[in-house]
Amino acid sequence: MQTLNVNGQTVEVRAPDYTPLLWVLRCELKLTGTKFGCGVGVCGACAVHVDNEVKLACQLPVNGLCGAKVVTIEGLQGAEARAVRAAWIKEEVAQCGYCQSAQVMAATALLRKTRRPSQQAIDEWMYRYICRCGTYPRIRKALKEAIDTLGGR
Amino acid sequence: MPDRRTFLLGTAGVAGALVIGWGVMPVRQRLTPSKPTPVAPGQTALNGWVKIAADNTVTVMASKAEMGQGIHTGVAMLLAEELHADWSQIRVEFAPVDKIYNNLAGVAGNLPFRPDDDSEFRELVTHLVRKVSREFGAMLTGGSTSISDVWMPMRQAGACARIMLCAAAAEQWKVDARTCRAEHGKVLGAEGRSATFGELAALAARQSMPDDPPLMDPAQFRLIGTSAPRLDMAGKLDGRETFGIDVLPDGLLYASVQMCPTVGGTLAKIADDSKARAIAGVVDVVKLEPYHGGSGGVAVIADNAYTAMIAVDAVVCEWDAGPAKGLGTEEIFRRLNRALDEGEGHAWYRHGNIDDAWKGARPPIEAAYSAPYLAHAALEPVNCTAQVGKDRAIVWAATQMPTLARKCAAKVADLDVDKVDLRQHPIGGAFGRRLEVDFICQAVAIARAEKQGRPVQTIWSRPQDTTHDFYRPACVSRFKAALSDGGDVVAWQNTSASQSILASSAKRNFGLPDISGLNLDKSTVEGAFDLPYDFQHVRVGQKTVDLPVPVGYWRSVGHSHQAFFTECFLDELAVAAGQDAIAFRMRLLQKQPRERYVLERVAALSNWRKPLAGGRKRARGVALHRSFGSVVAQVAEVSQTMDGKFHVDTVYCVIDCGLQVNPNLIRQQVEGGIVFGLSAALWQQITLNDGAVQQTYYSGFRVVRMPDCPDIAVEIIDTPDSRALGPQGVGEAATPPIAPAVANAVSRLTGKRVRTLPLMGDAETPVPQNGGTPCRP
Repeated sequence: MQTLNVNGQTVEVRAPDYTPLLWVLRCELKLTGTKFGCGVGVCGACAVHVDNEVKLACQLPVNGLCGAKVVTIEGLQGAEARAVRAAWIKEEVAQCGYCQSAQVMAATALLRKTRRPSQQAIDEWMYRYICRCGTYPRIRKALKEAIDTLGGR
Repeated sequence: MPDRRTFLLGTAGVAGALVIGWGVMPVRQRLTPSKPTPVAPGQTALNGWVKIAADNTVTVMASKAEMGQGIHTGVAMLLAEELHADWSQIRVEFAPVDKIYNNLAGVAGNLPFRPDDDSEFRELVTHLVRKVSREFGAMLTGGSTSISDVWMPMRQAGACARIMLCAAAAEQWKVDARTCRAEHGKVLGAEGRSATFGELAALAARQSMPDDPPLMDPAQFRLIGTSAPRLDMAGKLDGRETFGIDVLPDGLLYASVQMCPTVGGTLAKIADDSKARAIAGVVDVVKLEPYHGGSGGVAVIADNAYTAMIAVDAVVCEWDAGPAKGLGTEEIFRRLNRALDEGEGHAWYRHGNIDDAWKGARPPIEAAYSAPYLAHAALEPVNCTAQVGKDRAIVWAATQMPTLARKCAAKVADLDVDKVDLRQHPIGGAFGRRLEVDFICQAVAIARAEKQGRPVQTIWSRPQDTTHDFYRPACVSRFKAALSDGGDVVAWQNTSASQSILASSAKRNFGLPDISGLNLDKSTVEGAFDLPYDFQHVRVGQKTVDLPVPVGYWRSVGHSHQAFFTECFLDELAVAAGQDAIAFRMRLLQKQPRERYVLERVAALSNWRKPLAGGRKRARGVALHRSFGSVVAQVAEVSQTMDGKFHVDTVYCVIDCGLQVNPNLIRQQVEGGIVFGLSAALWQQITLNDGAVQQTYYSGFRVVRMPDCPDIAVEIIDTPDSRALGPQGVGEAATPPIAPAVANAVSRLTGKRVRTLPLMGDAETPVPQNGGTPCRP
C-alpha cells in the first residue's frame, strides 16, 4: 500500500507497486479521463502532469511517484488550462475526443513553459500525441489563439 | 449482367411478396417505437425521437453512433429546426435498439448500381430494400448515410412534436391551435400568451400525432446550414466524456485477451496457465471461441486491467493455425495477380465496344497498381464491458451496429434478445472497425464465464487490436487505355482483383453461404466502375479472390484504393497526352457540370494556373473523386526533404456534398478524412507472415503526427444546384482523393511514376523519447 498525490488529494493505492500510473488512475481511482492507447509510450494518449511536467502515465510505475504531485485532466486548472480549453472550444477542435485529454494536458504544459513558442516548437512538442481523427490543423490554430489570450495578461 | 440481375429480381420478388398491402407508410410508423421510449423523472416522450422535460430541456434520441463525426450534433439540428427549439435547450442521448431507428439508407446505398443509373429497375429494388429494411433491417452507422437516413424522420419528428405542443397550448388557453406558434423553445399565442415547451410537454403527449406534418421550406431554415457548436465539445476537454472503455459499473473486473497469432486460427489448448494464475489479482483464465470472423484464444480476468494484461501474456497456448497457416503477403499478391492473368472478371460496367477500340488507335498505355491491407487503428483500442446473469445481461458497448450487437450478445449469453440491455457509448474512433461484433460476443462470453456474475471489461492490447482487425482488402488493378491524337480517351479497360468484403461480412455476421460468385459486392469496384469521366469505349471488370484474411469496411471502403488507381492512371494519361492534369480531366467531364465546377474551384483555391513557388524541389498533384453522393477535388503541394523523402505541405480541398447541415462538421470531416487517408498513403500497410499480421504498435503502423500534417484549406460548394441535391455523404468522401493527389505530386517531383501504396514503404516511426517499451514488473 502506498500513497499518491493526485489532483491535490492524497490517496492510498492497493495495486502492485510495478503497476503503471495509468491503470491506477483508471481502474482504482476511477479517473478515466486519462486514456489508454498503446501502453508503450508511443501514442501519447495517457499524458498527465507530474510535478508540472507532462509525462506518459503508461510509462510510470506507481512506486516511483512517492511524494510527486500528479495532475490529470479532471484536476487541470489555471490560466493556461482555461485559455487552452477556451481556444479548443472556439476552434471546435475535438472530433472523437479520445486523444484530447492528452492534447490539452500537453498544450497546457507547453504554455506554462514557453510564453510564445514558435510553430516549429509547437510541432515538436505536440509530436508525441497522436490524433487519428486528424485535428492537428485545428490544434495549431487553437494553440496560437491560446498564446494570444495569455499574451494579453 | 444476367447473373446479378436474376438474383436481384428474385430477391425483389421475395421482398415484394413481403410488402403486399404495405403501401403508403404513414409518418408515425417511423416515429412510434415498439416499446415506450425510456424517460427520466420529469421527462415526457412526444415520439420516439424527442423527449421534453419539465426543466425545459429537449432530449433528442440519436440512432447513430458518435465516433467523432459530430453526428449527435448534426441529427439534433434536424429535429431542433422543425421543433423550433432553442439550441441551448438541446441534449442528446443514444436511442435504444428499436426498428424505427433502422438505417434505411445504408443497404440501399450499397446496391450494385452506378450513381447515374436512373432505370426503373434500380428504383424498384431501392424502394423494396428500404421497405424491407424498416422491418428486418438494423440500426447501422456507416456508409456516410447518417444524415440522409434521418433527414426526413427526424424533421418529421420535430414537426410533429411542435404541432402537439401548440395543440397543448391551445387546449390550455382554450383558443384555436392555429393562433399558436412555436419559437425558441416556447409556444406563443395571441395577447402575449406564452408557455415553455417544458410546461406544455405532459399535456402535449396527450394530443394526437399528426399524420403528415408540413415541413419547413429549406429556404426558411434558421438552424440547418449554420455551424451550431458541437454539443460534445466541453466534455471532451475535461475528462467527462464516457467512452465505452470508461464505464465503471460496481464490482467491475477487467479482462485481457491473447488470440491465435494466425488470423482466423483457434486455441488448441492451454499448455500452461500456472504462472498467470499465480499473479496477485488474477481471478480466472478463460478459453475463447472465435466469434464472428475473429480468432480463438484465451482471456485472463483480473481486478486491474494491467494485471490482466501481464497475466494473459504469461499464459502458454497451443494453437490451431487454421486456413491462413503459411500464408504470406507475397503469396497473397501472387494469387491476386494470377486472378488477373486468368481473365477479365465480371464486367461491372461496359460502354461502347472495347474489343474494337484498339484497332487503329494509338498504341495502348498500360499500367499495374496495387494497394495493401490496412488496419483501422483507432486510438481507443477495441473493448466491451458485459455483465451476464441467469435471466438478464447488460452490455456496455460502443458499436456502429447496435441491433446486431444485441442479437449476437443474446445468443452468446443464451438469453432472449429482450433480456439484453445494450447501453451505447461514444467511440474513440471507429472508421468501420466497430461495424463488427466479434469483440462484443467475446466480451459477453468472458463475462458469462465470470463465476460470480460480476461485470467484466475486456480491453484488447494495442498488438491484439492491430493483429486481429478486419482489414481493408489488398487489391491489384490493371489498366489499358488508348488516347486519340487530340487527347481524348478512346478506350479504358480496367480490371482489379481483391477479396469481397460483403461476402465475408455476410458470412460471419448473417450466416449466409459464400455469395462472392454473385458479383453483388459494389464495395470491391466502387470508385472504378462508376467514374464520372466520358470514355468512348469502357470495360471495368473485377475478380473476387477468396483468401483467409478477415476483411472489413475501412473509411471509404473500395473508394479508398480504387480512387488511387484510377486518378493516378488518369494522370499518367494526361502526361502521355501532354496536357495539364486539370484541363485533361475537364475535357472528359463535359457532361458533368457538378464535377467540372468542383475542379474549377480547386484550381482557383490552389492557384493551380500560377507556377508553384519552390522550384524543382516542389510539385503539386490533383485528384477528383465522387463517393457517397459527394464530389471532392484535392490539390496536394509536396516538397522534397533533405533526406530525399518528401513532405506534404498544403492540401486544398473542395467538396460538393449537397445541402449543408453544419458547415463546421463538414470541415472537420474533410480535414480528418484527408489526414486519415494521408497516413495510409504515406506509410501504412498490414503484412502477413505465416498467416500472422506483422504490425503491432503505431511505431510499425505509422500515422500522421503534428509535424507531418499539412495545412488544409477547405471550400464547401454552396449553390442552388448543390442545395437541391439534399444532404449527401460527408464522413468518408474526403479520404479517397488524398492518396492520388499526393502520388501525382510525388510522380511529378521525382519524375518516376509511383503505382504502389504506401508511397514511403517500410517507414518505422522514430519512437518518441522515453517511449517504446511496455512497463513490466
